[in-house]
Formats: sequence, structure tokens, C-alpha cells
Amino acid sequence: MSRGPLNSLMEQTGVPAGWQAYGDERRPRMGFFTDTSVCIGCKACEVACKEWNLIPEDGRVWTGESHDHTSQLGANSWRHVAFVEQRKPLRVDGGGESGVDTAAEGRDALRWLMSSDVCKHCTHAACLDVCPTGSLFRTEFGTVVVQEDICNGCGYCVPACPFGVLDQRKIPSTLNVGHKPDLPSFGPIERGETKDGRVWKCTLCYDRLKGGHEPACAKACPTKSIQFGPLDELRERADARLGKLETEGWNGAQLYGRDPDDGVGGFGAFFLLLDDPEVYGLPPDPVVTTRDLPELWSNMIAAATALVGGIAALTLLGGRR
Amino acid sequence: MEFAKLLESWPALRQLREGDPLGLGRAVQSPRSKRLVPRIDEAEHVVQSVCPYCAVGCGQLVYVKDGEITHIEGDPASPISRGRLCPKGQASKSYSQSPIREYKVKYRRPHGTEWEELSLAEAMEMISDRIIRTRAETWEFETEEGRPANRTMAIGNLGGATLDNEENYLIKKLMTGLGIVQVENQARI
Amino acid sequence: MPSLGTSFGRGGATTFQQDLQNADCIVIMGSNMAENHPVGFQWVMEARERGAKVLHVDPRFTRTSAMATKHVGIRAGSDIAFLGGVANYLLQNELYFREYVQHYTNGPVIVREEFTDTEELDGLFSGWDPEKGRYDVKTWMYEGMQVHGSAGQREEGYSPTKGEGSGHGGAGGGLEHGEPPAIDPEMEHPRCVLQILKRHYARYTPEFVAETCGCTAEEFVEVCETLAANSGRERTSAFCYAVGWTQHTVGVQIIRSTAIVQMLLGNIGRPGGGILALRGHASIQGSTDIPTLYNILPGYLPMPHTERYGKLEEYIDANTSPTGWWGHYKAYFVSLMKAYFGEHASADNDWLFESLPRIDSDNSVYFTIEQMLEGNVKGYIIAGENPAVGHANGKAHRLALSRLDWLVVRDVVEIESASFWYDSPEVESGEIDPEECATEVFFLPAASHTEKDGSFTNTQRLLQWHWKATEPKEDCRSELWFYFHLGKLIKQKLQDSEEPRDELVKALRWEYPTHSATLEPNAESVLQEVNGWKTESGEFLSGYPELRDDGSTLCGCWIYCGCFQDGINQTARKKPHWEQESYVANEWAWAWPSNRHIIYNRASADPDGNPWSERKRYVWWDAEQGSWTGLDTPDFKTDKDPHYVPPEGARAEDAIAGDHPFIMQADGRAWLYVPQGLEDGPLPTHYEPHESPFDNPLYSQRANPRRQQNKDLAEDPYNPVDGEPGADVYPYVVTTYRLTEHHTAGGMTRSIPYLAELQPAMFCEVHPDLAKEVGLEHGGWATIYTSRSAIEARVMVTDRMRPVRMNGREVHQIGLPYHWGKRGLVTGDSANDLAHMVLDPNVHIQEVKAFTCGIRPGRRPRGAELPRFVAELREQAHSRRDADPRVEPEESRKTSPS
Repeated sequence: MSRGPLNSLMEQTGVPAGWQAYGDERRPRMGFFTDTSVCIGCKACEVACKEWNLIPEDGRVWTGESHDHTSQLGANSWRHVAFVEQRKPLRVDGGGESGVDTAAEGRDALRWLMSSDVCKHCTHAACLDVCPTGSLFRTEFGTVVVQEDICNGCGYCVPACPFGVLDQRKIPSTLNVGHKPDLPSFGPIERGETKDGRVWKCTLCYDRLKGGHEPACAKACPTKSIQFGPLDELRERADARLGKLETEGWNGAQLYGRDPDDGVGGFGAFFLLLDDPEVYGLPPDPVVTTRDLPELWSNMIAAATALVGGIAALTLLGGRR
Repeated sequence: MEFAKLLESWPALRQLREGDPLGLGRAVQSPRSKRLVPRIDEAEHVVQSVCPYCAVGCGQLVYVKDGEITHIEGDPASPISRGRLCPKGQASKSYSQSPIREYKVKYRRPHGTEWEELSLAEAMEMISDRIIRTRAETWEFETEEGRPANRTMAIGNLGGATLDNEENYLIKKLMTGLGIVQVENQARI
Repeated sequence: MPSLGTSFGRGGATTFQQDLQNADCIVIMGSNMAENHPVGFQWVMEARERGAKVLHVDPRFTRTSAMATKHVGIRAGSDIAFLGGVANYLLQNELYFREYVQHYTNGPVIVREEFTDTEELDGLFSGWDPEKGRYDVKTWMYEGMQVHGSAGQREEGYSPTKGEGSGHGGAGGGLEHGEPPAIDPEMEHPRCVLQILKRHYARYTPEFVAETCGCTAEEFVEVCETLAANSGRERTSAFCYAVGWTQHTVGVQIIRSTAIVQMLLGNIGRPGGGILALRGHASIQGSTDIPTLYNILPGYLPMPHTERYGKLEEYIDANTSPTGWWGHYKAYFVSLMKAYFGEHASADNDWLFESLPRIDSDNSVYFTIEQMLEGNVKGYIIAGENPAVGHANGKAHRLALSRLDWLVVRDVVEIESASFWYDSPEVESGEIDPEECATEVFFLPAASHTEKDGSFTNTQRLLQWHWKATEPKEDCRSELWFYFHLGKLIKQKLQDSEEPRDELVKALRWEYPTHSATLEPNAESVLQEVNGWKTESGEFLSGYPELRDDGSTLCGCWIYCGCFQDGINQTARKKPHWEQESYVANEWAWAWPSNRHIIYNRASADPDGNPWSERKRYVWWDAEQGSWTGLDTPDFKTDKDPHYVPPEGARAEDAIAGDHPFIMQADGRAWLYVPQGLEDGPLPTHYEPHESPFDNPLYSQRANPRRQQNKDLAEDPYNPVDGEPGADVYPYVVTTYRLTEHHTAGGMTRSIPYLAELQPAMFCEVHPDLAKEVGLEHGGWATIYTSRSAIEARVMVTDRMRPVRMNGREVHQIGLPYHWGKRGLVTGDSANDLAHMVLDPNVHIQEVKAFTCGIRPGRRPRGAELPRFVAELREQAHSRRDADPRVEPEESRKTSPS
């Protein structure tokens, strides 16, 4: 294998590697468009996700971070609603907040931003590149999924994610109720207990998609802040939405991760924000952390060839079962 | 042939064979991923229900397998909710299956310091006896001013806003028949 | 909801949630709709996205405010001042919908000369009796009208029906004909309702509103202008409210204020208009329609009363209105008695009327709790309610439960109302000693909604059937099962009784088919009885017009008649909305009355029967067909011509003219002014909350004179108020509320891991200035205290909780969610422990949306130190107050005309 074709494959902007290989089974690339201008911060998405994916609870910690007690995405929270209280008006003309003459009253303007965060299902997904077991993979829908029956908990993908989405589930397997049957045994943390050390994150409800159902969070969302659909359509919808909000004079409206030319080739799950990404705790310029990875892969393939011998490999490629 | 199987399972080779040279997609699809079916498609039956929390009245679809609820989600057919649910409604399977849900009658005798076990039938007997006794002991045919009363003021019944209309109907009917007038619910609070 | 009942005729939301999408402006006030009705809120968002204005008027900046096009922050408890200001603005600037007001409301009706307004009597209406602490309503009547009441009451002259009992507003104020005797169609007569309104509200200027409510005059005017610009022929505005309005000592009058505004704007009965009462429990509307309430029987028929209604005739006479649909009162009542007692109820025994139990003026839950504290209540059954956490003054409730002989608690988890005897703040403090406590407690596990068939009535009067999905496990049973089998057991045990007191229970019709291994009663058979049938043929009734007063029909709830029409469970209709003709979705479930979604919808057409505008078409008169038609079931006699004038002597619905859409009212008009049916006045007027750090800027009468207090109840002491020494011990305002992530007293959510983790702890919301003032640290702890108790909470310092300024004084407001208690996966102190039990006089609802408190940093004292801490502060405050108490007009001034 030469590095040439691999590199050219990687360089196709906007097309996720591994997706095209599905051939006839390939489905339109599906994703989320999260429009935070209609998010009411109800957290139905967080609960719908947990109910569907049988995720263990994530700790009962009162954080003081406005109404956000989830704090961040993790192995046990695949949706996370951020709450940002700001002394800023909702509209550029100052409308929306309490008190037009807020200055005269000695008050500041006020707005409360809410945004449901999720795995971005990057076009160029570093997590997938670094996964040595093939647990992380690109599905026929163009999404990025951790396969719980493959993941061995090595954790390589965790630092690879520019958003901090990937996370190992560090709880005793006895609490991992929803996924017991498939649970491989991991080293004892206390006598008599095993822990699940695998990595878990949003699958964009891979199983539901296979059955023709929309993901649980998007289905539950009361105001359709979370929209699910073919990515092309979502991008068109988002552009129109941004145009409308700009016309209406919304303060700081911007799309985040919509653009295929950004550092990760665009998100499969992108956002309309009402302020800069860092305000919501999102990296302003995410970059795929594995830009030089194709080299690593060809090294690995070379090693494989040396191990089993070229003839055997070719025989298999010929289709022998 | 064991060796071939072993080789086939090795991702790097499947990558090449399945046109997925980077091993990022189909080639590494696991057996579980291949056979994945959403559990709502495996339900034995689906029941149309209504959310038990607030009074918006969202439609719910309750999926059942082996006599257990496997999932609850919004009913798209509802003109009110159009398939959507809030966090409470979305958690209502966990409400029915709460880790601290009670399934047995519990009894505390006067001055008791602990709950005791009691059968449901026995509890029903005891409760009906207490109603009959208290009622007999405190019955008012008339008020102190001599106006008709036909009641007991020593028993009350509380609750109803979370219950079904049919349940409220039986409560009010029974209590009226028994002369228990202090019947109240959350509409008051 | 007597406010909506007296104003329009029926105690329910006038519109339905989906119709909000047609509004051009939505005012959300007294409600945090995005948080507490998130899925219903989608229709507000639809409207906003179509360009509608969404105005949120609320003391707190909530998730609803965040979505609104405008939030106006006001002082908790100042809603009547704000809404009165809106009414005044519309009247002064001639911005009201004149034609609508003229034809469809009682604006032109002339009121008795003896009526005197609060503006003249310094905060009291005419008829105040300080001895009795209530009004004689004679002077409030329409001119030329008889006071309506039973024989025994006529001389006494006050309302024969109260609370929900009068909620129908159809008692009619004694109208003998559909038209009130004295009317000025031009609405210029000085004693016509519109002119009375103008005078009543004249002082509610933008400046007054700004001062009283703590907002700015500009933002108040913006609300008025927005409403006016979005109402009229072409446009409509809707109001949404919830318990932010009801939970005040003036709750009913706040809602009345909105009713007045919406009548003036011509927004009732029209698409995109209306008043949407957002109710908090799945079937709270149902539980008042088919009441588990002391004062009414199904369908808002008043319970017989100890002081009134000696005989059937008097009862029927007192409750029958000669005009409007309440003209058939006897048919509704007799059909109910047939449903309750079958062949045992007959004309010969006056349908067993004389055997029915009688109520007193107030046997509401707070009365019962007081009686329990006194030791007069021996047994209590609680089914799906958690008073130990959810009711005002939780401590009084828990102490009351500890004084019972026996208690039955039915719930899915062990709630605080079941565990008070071993796990409660009072056990910690030593105020309840388990070994001393003699209450026998039965905890019976309940079935969940997925484990039983039945119907809920939602916030828009829609009965929706839910089917059982799985069998309840072990001892878990539905309430239907519990009460049915309890009734069977009791009837069995009393079957040979000769005691006269057992006559009625023996006469109860109590046969319902059962199924499954547990012998669960068939819920549909109960719904069939609710719908009713002809006693001879057994044929199901199709609507309440078929009901008769001769025993030939049986019906368990006349307003629900039709829900089992043709023998089909109409509430179980689930035709998807995309297969229906219009967004009204007439074939999804069944709305009372008669499957009408917007009620009073005849008002969506002009007096001639044509739509007010093409844009707002809904129901109209089809002259060719000679019938009313449109998107919804017309809420009008289908063939009544819009120009119909009732002939002399017409009765009941025939006495209502063709251009009067409010068919439940005796005069067919919506009531801007309520001559009869409310305890505290024909018009709303601003009073301060029972506990307030401010004096009433309008009158020396500070708070609602008719509010219900428990002055002699040791367990319910009050904080000194403005003008009394000692008020400074409790200088801040508390308002309590709910969060999206939990439900009411938490019994249904603190048990769920996925919800418990989303809001894991009790907290208080305070403004940064208050935090600085008293030394509270964000994320730290605060102790909040009143005369009743003290609780602790984590501190959330936030700009969303704003102070208000009045009389040059700035006062802070503290926000407290009330979801927590001692049990469940997440626990915490209960906000309701701080609240008092002073009530609205019409509906006996407590005032938890505005009362006073103190706050200091740190955790509260533990154990016996807690009551000591509370008592020390209270004694400090009370001793100063008692040395120089404030005397109010309510205690001394009689306002009856000489």
C-alpha cells in the first residue's frame, strides 16, 4: 500500500473516511443540527438518551453552575445542556431583556443561553483514527460509533478528541445495568467487583437509525432545538435559520461546525449558537488531532503483511470463506 | 478452518477485502453492530398511553416485552405533543421501575418503631373495619344547631389530581355514600 | 376555577394548547410555562417563530423569560396592580374592542345604585360586615334584579353557592329573563359596568404600576401597546397562567383581572385568543370536573350545605337559573342521583336528597388539617398526594398526621406523608416521638399509569384514555381497585345494618365488572356510568341536552355526557393529527363539553354571525344551511339564528339571545363585573399579600379583607407585616416554584435516578446584592426562616432574581423550589415548611407565591435547636408587634349602606 491514495482519501473535504466503503449499504450521512435559539433547557434530551441507551446515572452533584448539574459530556452523559447566564441583551437593539432603561435603573441586561451539547460525529474523526481495536468505526450513516463488544478500554481515543467527548466508564460493572450481557470482564477494582472501563459516547442512536427511527434526543426535544436528518438538508436549514435570526437582530448568532472546511472537516452534529463557542465551553477552532495518521496506518499494514504473509492475505481478499 | 477464521477476524485484512483500506467503517463492524435491532422493534406490543405528570397531556407509546416495559417514548400521533416529551415524561419508564418503588404493603402499629409486613387482604379488612368503626363513633345526624348533617367529620380523603377520572368518580361516590365530606385534592394547592 | 367560571360560565381553560400557534401575542404571567409545561410550550415557540410577541411578566427571570421576546420583572404579589393597569390603559385610551364589549359582555349592564366601590370605601366594597368577616352581596346586583338564593338565604342575601360551586357563574344573579333589566347599549350610563370599571381602575396609571410592581412605566406601556396592537378583528392575543396566579390570597381575583383584560380586548372564544389555565397534574382538571373536592358533586353541582338547602326543592331552586343551561339543574342532579343510587333514588324519596351528607362553609384540606391538629379527625386516606411536602406549612401537616388514629397512604414510593413518624424534621427535633405517636399507618403500594386503564382530563378539558401496558406487581393496585374493593367490603359488612346512617352506603350502586387475577374493575364501565344512559332502554346518552329530571336518565357527570356516545369510548380516539381535517383535531380523544375545543366560540363571529375577519375564521353562521359551522363543534345551539331574540317567558337556553355567546351565563354575556358568585368582590382590586414588606399604596385596607386566616392556631403563626414593629425580622419576599426536572412535592421524581441527578439538591436563588448584604456565598449554604420554621438550602447567586424598589426602598426576593423532602434518592429541606396557611376565600388556596422571610448564611440548627431558633426569632418579632399591633378596616368598618 502506498500512502498516496490514503492521503487523497483523507483530503476529500466533507466526506468521512470509511463511509464510502459501504457501497450499496451506504445511507445518506445523518446528523444533528442543534438550534440553541429555541432550546428551553429542559434536558429532555439528556433523559431520553439515558432511557434509550440504558446509561447509568452520572452522580448527584449540585454544581452551582446555573441549572447545569451534568457539567460535561462523559461516558454516562451523552447529551449535556449548558446554561450560560449573561449580562447581555438577547437582541442587538437591546430588546428582550427586562427593562429598556436598564442603564437608568442601574441594571444590566440579562439573557440565559442554553445549548444541548453532543458528540460532533466529525468528518475527520481522530478518535476513530487512533482506535487500535476497530471498536470505533464509521457507520453506514456516516456517524462515529464505539462498539461496546469490541472496545477494550485502552483509552487511546480519549485524548484524541478535540472536544473531550470520549470518556471511560469508571464504575463497577454491577452498576452498569443496561449493558451487563455484553460486558467483558475488566480488572477488579475491589474484591468481588469488576469495573467497566470501556469508552462510551453518543452513537446517534445507531440501533434506532437501523430501524428507521430518529435518535431518542431529537424525538423528545419539545421545541425541536435538536433536529435530526440528512446532513445536507440540515445544513441548508441551518443557513436559512441563521439568515432569519440575523434579520431579526439576534445578538451573536453563528453556526458552529457547519463548515466542511473547518479543522475537522465539519461536524455531523453541528450547532447554531448565540455567542462564541468558548462561551458554551466549546473549542473555538477544533482541529483533528491525527492529521499525520495515515503514515501510522500504513506502518501497521506493513507489519500485518510481514506477520501472516502476503499470499494468505491475497487468498482471503479473493473471497474465500 | 480455525486459522482462516482467525485471519478473517483480523481487522486489517477485512479492511482490504471490504474496500475499507483504513479500517474505519464496514470492515470493522462488529457482530453486535451487524445484528443490531432497536428494542422498540422487538416489542411484543405497544400501548398508547398518556404522560402522568403535568396536565399538558402528552401522548406516550409504551413498549412491552415479556410483561415488562422496555421503553416509553412520545406518541407522534398526538396533536398536542406530536411525539415529544419533557424530561419527566421521558423518564416515566424509570418512574414505574424506580429502584425505590414499593411493592408490598407496610404496616406501622400505634407506637411502633418499625414497619411490619401485612398482607393486602388483611390490610383491606383492617382499613374497612376502621372506617366503619370511626364512622359509627363520630356520626353526626345533625349539627349542633339541629340542621341535617348526615356525616362524619372524623375521616378525610386526600388526593385525586394524579388519578384517573374513573378513580375520582368512585372516590367521590363512595365517600358521599359513607357521609365522608372532607374529600380534597391538589386542585386546592 | 370560579374566576373563569363567574367570568365566562365554565371553570376551565377557554382554549387549547395547539391554538396558541395562532396567537399574535402571548402573555405568560403567573406561569413558568417553558419549565413546567415544556411540551405545551412548543406552541408558544411556533407562534414566536411566526412572528408573535411573547411577553413574560414574572418576578423571576426563568427559562420562559429566556425564550420570550420580552420579560418584565415585577414584584411577587403585584399582579392585580399590573393587570388593572392594563385595563385602565385600554379604557383610558379607547383601545378596547367596543363592539365585542357591547354585545358579548356585561359592559352595558347597569348596576344598583347601592353598590359602592373600593375607591370610595378605602379598600372595602359595599356590604362588608366586620363581625362576620364577609360581604353581603345584595348591593353588588344588577339594577332591577332579585337577589337569588334559597328561601332561608334571601333575607341574609349572600351567595348561595361558593367556590367551585359557584364556578359556573350561572347562578345568574337572579335574572328572570335572559336580558338584564337595565342596559345602556352606548355604555355611557354612570352606573353601567364599563363606567364603573373606568372609575375603579382610574388610579392604575403607568406610574402607579411602575411604583407598585417594581417595573418601569415604559415597559408596562410596551406590554399594553403590544396587547392592543395584537387584538381586534384581525388579530388576537392569548394569556397563559398557572399557580403563579392561583397561589395567593387574591388568586381568584388575579385571574378575574385577566378575564377583564381579555374581554375588553375581545379575545375570548376566538382562535389565537383565550385564557389558558396551565394545570400542574395529569388530571387536575378532571379532579375538579369529577371532583375529589368537598364542596361539589360531579359537574360542579354544589354539595348540600348544613346551613342551607333543607329540602330538595330549596336546593334545586337555589341552584337553578331560569336562563342559560343551568336552567336544567334538576336534570343534572337527578341523573347523578340515579347514577349513585339507581332504583333506590326515586321521585318518592326526593332522589335521596335528604340523606346526602352536608358540608359547612369550609371543609377544605386546610380546615381538615386544623381539625386533625385539634384531634377531631381520626382517620385519613391519602392517595397520590404528599401533604407533608406539598402543602403550605409542612410542619403543621406532619404534626397533624401524628395525631390521627389511623392513616392510609397509597403511593408508588414511601413518601414523607407515610414516614413522618420515624423520619421527619419533627422526629429529629423531638417534636414527634415515635414511641408516643399513636397513629396506625397503612402503606399500600399503588399502580402506575402504565398499569391501569383510565382517562385523564388535561389542561384543555380534553379527556384522554390511557391503556394498561403491564400488570401491576405484587401488592401494587390501582386506586380503582382499592376504592372499589374497599366499598365492596364495607357494603358487605354493613349489609344487615339497620342503622339509619348506613342507609345511603347500602343504597350505593356498586356493581362493576372485574377482570384479571386481581379482580381489577373495568374502568370503561365506570366511564360508561359517567356518560350515562336511558334507564329504560340502557341506550347511551349522546349529550347533556338529553338529560331529564324524572329519573329516566342516569349520568355520573353531566358535563362529561357524550364521552361514551354510541357506546364508543370517545376518549380513546387516537386518530393521528396528520389524518385529521384541521389542527383542532376533533377526532383525538374528547373534550368537554360536547367535544368543543375553544369554548364560547360563537364569539369568534360578529353579532351577525360572520367571522370578525378572514384571518380569524373559526365558527360562523351558515345562513343557507341555517346552522353554525366551522373548524370546531359550535358552542351554541346549532340552529339558533344570530338574530334570535328570546320571546317573553323563554326559559333556560331559549332565553339566551342569538348574539350572546356565553351560554352558561344567565344573561349569555361574559362578566366584566361579577354581581354574584365571588366572596371578595365583584371587581379585582390590589391588595398586598397577607405577609408583605410593603403597605398597600391604594388603601388603608392592606390585604384582602376576606382572606381566611387561622389567628388562633398555634401551629400557624404569622410574620409581622409592613407598618408593624418586628417586620424587620422577616424583611425579604419569598416566592416558591417548580423546576422542569421535578414534579410538585417530588414523590414522582425524586425516586428516579435520571431526574434526581439533574436537580440533586434544594437551593435558593438570590441576587448578588442580597448575597453581599447578608454574606451569602455562591455554592455555600443559607438558612431561611419565617415564624413557622427554618430550612437550609444551597446558595445560587444569580442576576435572574431581581430586587424590587418601592417607596424608595429596595426589597429583595428569594426564589425557592419546593420539590425536596426527607425521602427519595435526593433529599433536602422543604420550602413549604416556611409557608403559612392563609387562604384565598373563594377556593381555599394558600399563598406560597409571596410571603416574607429572613435569610442568613450557613446551615440551620439541628435537632431540638431548630424549633428553639425559630421560636426565638418569632418571639422577638411578635413581642414587638403585639405591643403596637396594626388595626385594619376589615376588623372595624361596616360598609353596608344605611
